[in-house]
Amino acid sequence: MSRRRVSLRQELPLLVWLVFVWGALWQNFTPGNLLFGAVLAVLVARMFYLPPVELSGRFSILQAIPFALQFLVKVAAASFQVFYLAVARGPKVTNAVVAVPLRSHSDLMVTATGHVISLIPGSLVVEVDRSTSTLYIHALNVRNPDDVVKFRRSVREAEAGLIRIMGTEEELAALKQEVDA
Amino acid sequence: MMQLVLVITAATLSLAAAGAIVRIAVGPSLLDRVLAADVLLAILGAALCIDMAVNRHLNNLMLVVAVSVIGFIGSVTVARFVADRREQPSDS
Amino acid sequence: MTPDTTLDTVIDAVSAVFMVVGAAMSLGAAIGLLRFPDLMSRMHAATKPQVLGLFLLLAAVGLQLRTWWVWPVLLLAWIFQLLTVPVSAHMVGRAGYRTKHLHRELLSTDELEAVVQKAAAKDTAASDAEDDDDSA
Repeated sequence: MSRRRVSLRQELPLLVWLVFVWGALWQNFTPGNLLFGAVLAVLVARMFYLPPVELSGRFSILQAIPFALQFLVKVAAASFQVFYLAVARGPKVTNAVVAVPLRSHSDLMVTATGHVISLIPGSLVVEVDRSTSTLYIHALNVRNPDDVVKFRRSVREAEAGLIRIMGTEEELAALKQEVDA
Repeated sequence: MMQLVLVITAATLSLAAAGAIVRIAVGPSLLDRVLAADVLLAILGAALCIDMAVNRHLNNLMLVVAVSVIGFIGSVTVARFVADRREQPSDS
Repeated sequence: MTPDTTLDTVIDAVSAVFMVVGAAMSLGAAIGLLRFPDLMSRMHAATKPQVLGLFLLLAAVGLQLRTWWVWPVLLLAWIFQLLTVPVSAHMVGRAGYRTKHLHRELLSTDELEAVVQKAAAKDTAASDAEDDDDSA
C-alpha cells in the first residue's frame, strides 16, 4: 500500500480525542477503560484511514482558554442581540453579504474561522473561495459601509485569535508584524 | 421552585413550537420549511434537556444527540438536493 | 439530598435561570422565524437555540445532577452540536443564495454577487441554460 505514513505526533490529537469520546460515552474514566479505548482508537485510526488534517504542530492552551471564554461571551451577546432584532426590528432588518479575505491559506484555519463565525448568531458563511481563502459572509443588521468595515474587522479578529492558538510560526510572525505596524 | 420553572419553560417551548409549526405551514419555500423543521427539532431537544434537568436523570442524552444529528442530516440532504436541482444558472 | 445547605439552593437557582433563558432562546428563534423577511435572516435566528440554548440547558442538567462524570458527556453532546450546526447552516444558506431566495433589496452590500455573475457567465457560455424560474 502506498499510503503516506502518518507520524504518531500528527495523529496524537485525534487519538486523544477518540479516547476522550470513549470515556465520556461510557461515563467511566478508570485507567482500564481508557486503555481499552486507546487500543480501539489506534485500531480505528489505522483501519478507517482518512487524509490527515495538517496541524501546525503547536497549540497554545494559554491562548485557547481566554479565546473560548470570549467566544462564549460573544455567542451570548449576539444571541440576545438577534433576539432583540427579531422582536424590535423584525421585517425591516437590513443585511449584507461581505467578502472577508483571510490571512491564512491553510484549510484547517479557514474551516475553523468559518465555524466560529457561523456559530456566533448574526453571521453565516455563504460561500468559500478556497484559492484566495476568502469567506463570503451573510451578516444580519449591516446597514452602511461603516458597519461592513466593523464586521470585517471582527471576523479578522476571530481569525487572529485562532492563529494565536494553533497557527503556524509564519502566520504568527505575519500577525505580529501586522499588529506592530 | 422546579415546578415553577417547569411550567414557565413548558409554556415558552410550546409557544416556540407553535411559531415553528406556523412557519412550516406558511413558509413560502422548501428551504424555509426545512429550517423551521430544524428549529422544531431543536425545541424538542431543549424539552428533553429540561426533562433531564428537572427529574435529574440522564436517559435522554443520547436521544438529544440523535435528534440533533437527524436535524443535521435532514437539512444537509435537502439543501444539497435543492442546490443540485437548480444547478443550471437561471440568471444570465 | 440534604436540603440544609445554601449551596444547594444557589445551584438550583442558577440552573433554573439557565433553563428559563435556554427556553427563551427557542422562543427567540421562533419569533425570528416568523418576523424576519427572508430566508437568510431567518437562518440567523435558527442557529441561536442550537448553540447558546443547548449550552445553557446542558449546563443546567450538569448542575442538577451534581456528579462530575456527566460533564464530559454533556461537553461531547455540545461539541457535536458545534461541529454540525455551521455545516448545515452553510449548506442551507448556500442553497438559499443560489436559488435566489435572497431578497436583494434587503441587502446593503453584496460582495458575492459580482463573483457569482462572473462564474454564471462562464457557465452559460458553455451550456445554454433553460430559464428555470424559482417556483418553490
